[in-house]
Amino acid sequence: MTDAPAIELRGISKAFGPVQANKDIAMSVARGTIHGIVGENGAGKSTLMSILYGFYKADAGEIFINGKATAIPDSQAAIRAGIGMVHQHFKLVENFTVLENVILGAEDGALLRPSIAKARRLLTELSKEYGLKVDPDAIIEDLSVGHQQRVEILKQLYRHADILILDEPTGVLTPAEADQLFRILERLRAEGKTIILITHKLREIMEITDTVSVMRRGEMTNTVKTADTSPAELAEMMVGRKVLLQVDKTQAQPGEVVLSVRDLRVTHGGVARLKGVSFDIRRGEIFGIAGVAGNGQTELLEVLGGMMAATGGSVSLFGAPLPVTGPDANGQARRAQGIGHVPEDRQTEGLIMAFEAWENVAFGYHRDPKYNSGPLMDNTAIRADCADKMARYDVRPPNPRLPARNFSGGNQQKIVVAREMDRAPDLLLVGQPTRGVDIGAIEFIHKQIIALRDQGKAILLVSVELDEIMGLSDRIAVMFDGQIMGERLPQDTDQNALGLLMAGVTEGAA
Amino acid sequence: MDFLTILQILDSTVRLATPLLLACLAGLWSERAGIFDIGLEGKMLVAAFFAAAIAYTSGSVWVGLLAGIAASMVLALLHGLASITFRGNQLISGVAINFLAAGLAVVIAQTWFAQGGRTPQLSSDARFANIELPGAATRIRDIAQQGPLGQTYSELISGHSILVYLALACVPLTWWVLYRTRFGLRLRAVGENPAAVDTAGVSVVGLRFAAVLIAGVLCGIAGAYLSTALSSGFVKDMSAGRGFIALAALIFAKWRPWYALSACLLFGFFDAVGNRYQNIQLGEFIVPVQFMQALPYILVVIVLAGLVGKAIPPRAGGEPYVKER
Repeated sequence: MTDAPAIELRGISKAFGPVQANKDIAMSVARGTIHGIVGENGAGKSTLMSILYGFYKADAGEIFINGKATAIPDSQAAIRAGIGMVHQHFKLVENFTVLENVILGAEDGALLRPSIAKARRLLTELSKEYGLKVDPDAIIEDLSVGHQQRVEILKQLYRHADILILDEPTGVLTPAEADQLFRILERLRAEGKTIILITHKLREIMEITDTVSVMRRGEMTNTVKTADTSPAELAEMMVGRKVLLQVDKTQAQPGEVVLSVRDLRVTHGGVARLKGVSFDIRRGEIFGIAGVAGNGQTELLEVLGGMMAATGGSVSLFGAPLPVTGPDANGQARRAQGIGHVPEDRQTEGLIMAFEAWENVAFGYHRDPKYNSGPLMDNTAIRADCADKMARYDVRPPNPRLPARNFSGGNQQKIVVAREMDRAPDLLLVGQPTRGVDIGAIEFIHKQIIALRDQGKAILLVSVELDEIMGLSDRIAVMFDGQIMGERLPQDTDQNALGLLMAGVTEGAA
Repeated sequence: MDFLTILQILDSTVRLATPLLLACLAGLWSERAGIFDIGLEGKMLVAAFFAAAIAYTSGSVWVGLLAGIAASMVLALLHGLASITFRGNQLISGVAINFLAAGLAVVIAQTWFAQGGRTPQLSSDARFANIELPGAATRIRDIAQQGPLGQTYSELISGHSILVYLALACVPLTWWVLYRTRFGLRLRAVGENPAAVDTAGVSVVGLRFAAVLIAGVLCGIAGAYLSTALSSGFVKDMSAGRGFIALAALIFAKWRPWYALSACLLFGFFDAVGNRYQNIQLGEFIVPVQFMQALPYILVVIVLAGLVGKAIPPRAGGEPYVKER
């Protein structure tokens, strides 16, 4: 073994048409370390890693693996050079077994049987060595996301990867799963593997990496030792200005009750998703619901938003009953009653990706007289309104004629937020407002939510990000298995206590 | 109904199921790799024509078979070019191939032979003869005197064209290649999630072209069987929707080789029954011939609508693969 860095990049540049995705990038990662790369969406992290993995060809620059200049024209070459990549969206064949996925493309011969037998042996060894337990005969789609990710890692190890690239690995994981992943990464590092971790969660960078590089607008602006920096400093380097990581807000001034939910029940596909949920939200407060995804939060939001019928219980808005089933429970009626809804999944529920921004801005409010002239829609008015919203909500690029899918995640979310929040609804339902959104946009969206609260509106916030729940909420409820396990005030609790509630543990009152 | 009659119906079932089976397996190969192929019909038709035409001019049925396969592969290549290389819509490409084939075969037939869009009647040398297995009786009179086992052997098992046996052999072969070889694993993977194959460093385009070409070969054999074994010469539209029935059988079979055999035999059986009982008398009422001829198609619809259960096609089917990060 030499002392040469495991990876060294020199002068990597890559342009897509007029967009310079990577500009003269230099980076060096020592063997046996975990190196983080942070940057906002579109900063060029993924492009850089795709170049390293042979998906794209760089316009200029050189790659050195273990001190040796290496050309990586395709994925096969990357694999030969000992580079393995775990993509954000797993590249697994869902109805194949774990073993079949592991050997795919790395089979030993034309017949499968010997390859499978060998893979089974090797997998058992690898599982033991790195604490990556997974059933080799399980079908991928039956596995949890965390286990699927283990299969991806095993797949790379099976190909003798010494350098592992992980792209936003914790985006889909529960906090516990993320924790397990980090233990595995530490184990891999101890065995001498080199790991590159792409993420925009600064807490993860601080927790696990040895060194960290910051990318901004296609350039690598800084590389520092993790021990010598702080989240605030990293955030500033990423965005290019000071960023408030802590949400700045005043004490809530709760007023009258806006929304009152009593014993709400939903059974969907024969499974009880909501098992009697009750709570009130008042004017001028943010009621946060924490919980691991899939514990009934989605159903709660969808019933309140008029997208799903409840099977029991009642809801009232300013004391008047709000229908939770039947034809009057629909998103348009809700909006007419002053309930805005930023749904959890902007790409399937919040926007129609193929439609242009101005069309998306009108959805749900398309009967609004100012969007109509006689029986026809007033497209000019909608476009003008869209341009105005884009300017005020800092949507980039501010072009109403661009299809929704051509915006980055953060800007897509801003379009939804602009549509739902600009009318200052009495009640705002927000699900995962900052999922997959970069730091600058997170700060902006959080500010908007606080501003709405300060106008005396009621806000129901559902998020799987505990930081976000802790930072924004005036009261926090934790959902587990379709029920509210308890309510806490943010100043009286901490992440550990909430984490216990999220896992369904209730003994003792905090 | 005596035993021999049942055997005769089953015998005819096998004969009629053979082109379906070949086309169905062709579809299976293609769709397992993620390329929908509604052009089975067209490929069969073109193969039927070229097999008959070349068998007639050369006097050798084997040369005819090769010509049929080659013609079918040219169309398969066209489909691959449109849907893999240029990422076009696979259904549209398939429809275009069907139209192209229907027109092309008749026009060329008319130009070459001037017999109203058909080929001349093929002599026995230019057809696939039935193979009598050793020890099998051939004359009806002799068969009638055998015991049930002998009758089954002589009537059902023996006496088919070599292509029938070839088609049957293709079932275990297809299963084995798909589930027991590296090529099969990769091919199935590319129909489910091409990105997984691509990131593993294997060529998606190469695998898909291989699959489409295999489909071409199988359709070619199916077409040649129609014009040089089942009948003796090419006539207009002689594939008679078999390519589409084969697609139905493929769905019924849930894209699996052994199920495909059962499905094709079932559909072949409908066909055989419809052919044999053209005038069934139910009391006073005589079931019209047209109904019996339509019966196989009606049954196909019923089977597909009611009996299939949940048939999950290969997940990446119909979608051109575009590389993304």
